[in-house]
Amino acid sequence: MIPLSWYLTLSAALFSIGMFGVLARKNAVAILLGIELMLNAVNINLVSFWRYNNPVLMDGQVFAIIVFAVAAAEVAVGLALVISIYRRRNTVVADEIDLMKW
Amino acid sequence: MTAAQIIFLITAAVILGSAFMVVTTKNLVHAALWLIVTLFGAAVLFATLNAGFIAVVQVVIYIGAIAILFIFAVMLTRRSMTDTGPGLNRGWWLSAAIALLTFGGLVWLVSGWGGFTKAAPAYPSGFDAVAALAHALVSPEAFVLPFEVASVLLLAALVGAVYIAFQRKGEE
Repeated sequence: MIPLSWYLTLSAALFSIGMFGVLARKNAVAILLGIELMLNAVNINLVSFWRYNNPVLMDGQVFAIIVFAVAAAEVAVGLALVISIYRRRNTVVADEIDLMKW
Repeated sequence: MTAAQIIFLITAAVILGSAFMVVTTKNLVHAALWLIVTLFGAAVLFATLNAGFIAVVQVVIYIGAIAILFIFAVMLTRRSMTDTGPGLNRGWWLSAAIALLTFGGLVWLVSGWGGFTKAAPAYPSGFDAVAALAHALVSPEAFVLPFEVASVLLLAALVGAVYIAFQRKGEE
């Protein structure tokens, strides 16, 4: 049987890769892709904690479902913002969107 | 090495490799397609964890809706079909250092926890996880309030997304 540590290490690695994507990418859509990777790492953690604690308690799976809903809402609003910015400024590079930068 | 461990290792290699391609590929359409591979790998992991419903939801919502939405957004926001310039910031090595530090810190933190290497308890025979999940989502003693709040959040997000991306007459 697989020990819990394998799942936790994998999801820590996936979270770090997503964080690198959020910090290092220039394109705003690519930054949102990195956020999706981080949310998936969290979901793997939640479901493995559900399985390795007491599978009769459904809390872990309910949390994963709520994360799905929040991810869908976040992507819809985020991509709408990116498309709106692209229409007005003709760019999706995060460095060039600096109207509110001091 | 049992069969389950071999399946886990192959899936983990696919997930990490495709996630690395998501954050490093210059072509954004390819990055979105690599994201689909990563999401499929996560669905396989959910299936190995006896969470069949979550695996199906992962395929339907993440791959069927979110990844396709990403591909549409990439197609709508391209100046030309050729990507110019580097895909990464000038300070990308600093981001890599922060990501490595985060990974090390997370592993160090959870490895100090007592249940880190614990094995899974036996799955109760005859236990219907989908029915239990459905009861948990609508039972007033459990999670009916977060469930309803999530639906309100989705409605607000969809209305907001339509409002933000709507092109008014006379604009452009």
